[in-house]
Amino acid sequence: MASIELRNVRKSFGLVDVIKGVDLEVRKGEFMVFVGPSGCGKSTLLRLISGLEDITSGEMLFDGQVVNHLAPSKRGIAMVFQSYALYPHMTVYENMAFGLTLEKGKDKDEIRRRVEKAADMLQIRQYLDRLPKQLSGGQRQRVAIGRAITRDPRVFLFDEPLSNLDAALRVATRIEIAKLHEEMDNVTMIYVTHDQVEAMTLADRICVLRDGLVEQVGTPMELYERPDSIFVAGFIGSPKMNFITGEKADRFSCNTLGVRGEHMQVRDDGIWEGTVIHTENLGADTYIYLEMGQEEPVVVRLEGAQDYPSGSTVRVSPDESKLHRFDASGKPMR
Amino acid sequence: MATEAMVSPVRTPVRAVRSELTQQRARAARWFLLPMMIALLVVAGWPLLRSIWFSFTDASLNNLYGAEWIGLGNYLRWQVLESSGTVRYRGLLVDPAWWNAVWNTVRFAFWSVLWETVLGMIVALVLNAEFRGRGIVRAAILIPWAIPTIVSAKMWSWMLNDQFGILNDLGMRLGLLSQKVAWTASAETAMTAVLVVDIWKTTPFMALLILAGLQMIPKDIYEAAEIDGVHPVKQFFKITLPLVRPALMVAIIFRVLDALRIFDLIYVLTPNSDATKTMSVVARENLFDFDNFAYGSAQSTLLFLIIALFTTLYIWLGRVNFDGGSR
Repeated sequence: MASIELRNVRKSFGLVDVIKGVDLEVRKGEFMVFVGPSGCGKSTLLRLISGLEDITSGEMLFDGQVVNHLAPSKRGIAMVFQSYALYPHMTVYENMAFGLTLEKGKDKDEIRRRVEKAADMLQIRQYLDRLPKQLSGGQRQRVAIGRAITRDPRVFLFDEPLSNLDAALRVATRIEIAKLHEEMDNVTMIYVTHDQVEAMTLADRICVLRDGLVEQVGTPMELYERPDSIFVAGFIGSPKMNFITGEKADRFSCNTLGVRGEHMQVRDDGIWEGTVIHTENLGADTYIYLEMGQEEPVVVRLEGAQDYPSGSTVRVSPDESKLHRFDASGKPMR
Repeated sequence: MATEAMVSPVRTPVRAVRSELTQQRARAARWFLLPMMIALLVVAGWPLLRSIWFSFTDASLNNLYGAEWIGLGNYLRWQVLESSGTVRYRGLLVDPAWWNAVWNTVRFAFWSVLWETVLGMIVALVLNAEFRGRGIVRAAILIPWAIPTIVSAKMWSWMLNDQFGILNDLGMRLGLLSQKVAWTASAETAMTAVLVVDIWKTTPFMALLILAGLQMIPKDIYEAAEIDGVHPVKQFFKITLPLVRPALMVAIIFRVLDALRIFDLIYVLTPNSDATKTMSVVARENLFDFDNFAYGSAQSTLLFLIIALFTTLYIWLGRVNFDGGSR
């Protein structure tokens, strides 16, 4: 278990600044998710924490101890890669045990015990003698997680571990990772993703990154309910928050009005009128896309299966207690 | 142990009736292969069969078409001396000059391929690292391989020349040599000279083949190894070497085949030296210089068999997989 502190951490590749001064604290035993669009520097930040990249300036502390120049293997971390990064010529067992066999003074029984314990946690015990190429994507990812568990790390790092899995497997593995976090409650976990659903479902706290800077850090509900900027408001939540500008926003005395699709109702006396241009029926919910003279169509999320033919006119009203008002600089007005 | 349905290779039963598409593909493949097969038959198959046939005749250069079948006489024949009753064996299989050439060839092949592999691996590892100007270095390293063998052999023979050669001159000036050495002419150093030139010339080829194999290894497993705390030397032996092995095995077999039939370099650099004469060199001598066409053919045939034997052994022992990828 470790707390991690980043103090004004910067990273440049040549002339390109990727991380532009990040201050962040990850608490002991916390599940922290870095989320952001591609190119925001979230993977780089994770690699800086892992030690696979050197930080250009600033300080990185594990449990109050500066680790700027400590080798990855000395930091007490384990990492799960997007591509699994299994050793293709070694069996599952060898993959999981490889790091341990190199440590001095580890006897074989101890290693076997630890590998088998991890394998049992992930239900991959029956695959221990197989080569990675004989496993499916989901099984490989579990082996990669198993390898990380075997290391018994202070900090667990995940670099987009679900990106290469198909949708169903992604949900299943997501739940397994959440369970893992509960079982290993003394391990700090940092998880990188571009998928805000993963972030919302897994995180104790989320760190939203944008352009190499921290945009906001908070619990999923904090980010959902009180975003610190238009960027965070638009990034967290699905479907994406609607941003309404112009006259309609002026009525609420703000530059941009943010309304989530689930915070709008279709009513005959609705204050806004729009034309249905498309409907997505998901069974449990229905999304209707309304043309309202805004830059993008406004999405309204309704419960259950509902039918609104394209071209029909619909009146909607926002839930006034759930409105997000932003000023011209994109900051919230509270 | 495994109870779940897995991606384990399940053998599909061979279908008796092949689909029309499969048949069509097989037919197309045959047509595409045909020109190559004809070309190979004409330029490789026919001369090979012809050589083998000549090796069982008494052919000579000025009587190729009137050659008569003499069976295995070129390989081994014996004669019982009436006076003493002793048996005298003659022919290729008991010819010390031939076995000297075989020994020279094998020695040459072993040492040259060994050094080329080790040095090629080192060069490939360096070229696989990222540094400024890597593209230029990669191109530059190919120069020895790009120079025609005759040219590089001549170039080296001047550099190794006992009177005017730059290597003797350098050695004398630096005090490394007490007297000038006839590198290519002296029996003790001739093989070393040939080896040095061949290694200089062929290491780039080896390096490039190995480099191609190295680049197939995903970078992220080195990062995983970094986190596992695997020492770089251990990374090389435990990760790089096993993973580059398939490419390495194919590279080695190319080089062994080349080295076993080495001719041009030795012919130019150390002509007529018993210390370096290889199978190809003596076969050519007999075929054209000594007018023992049938005997030379027998040597060529044996050379072919020896190479075939080496290749078979190598593929069998090394279980080389020519389909690429690891076993």
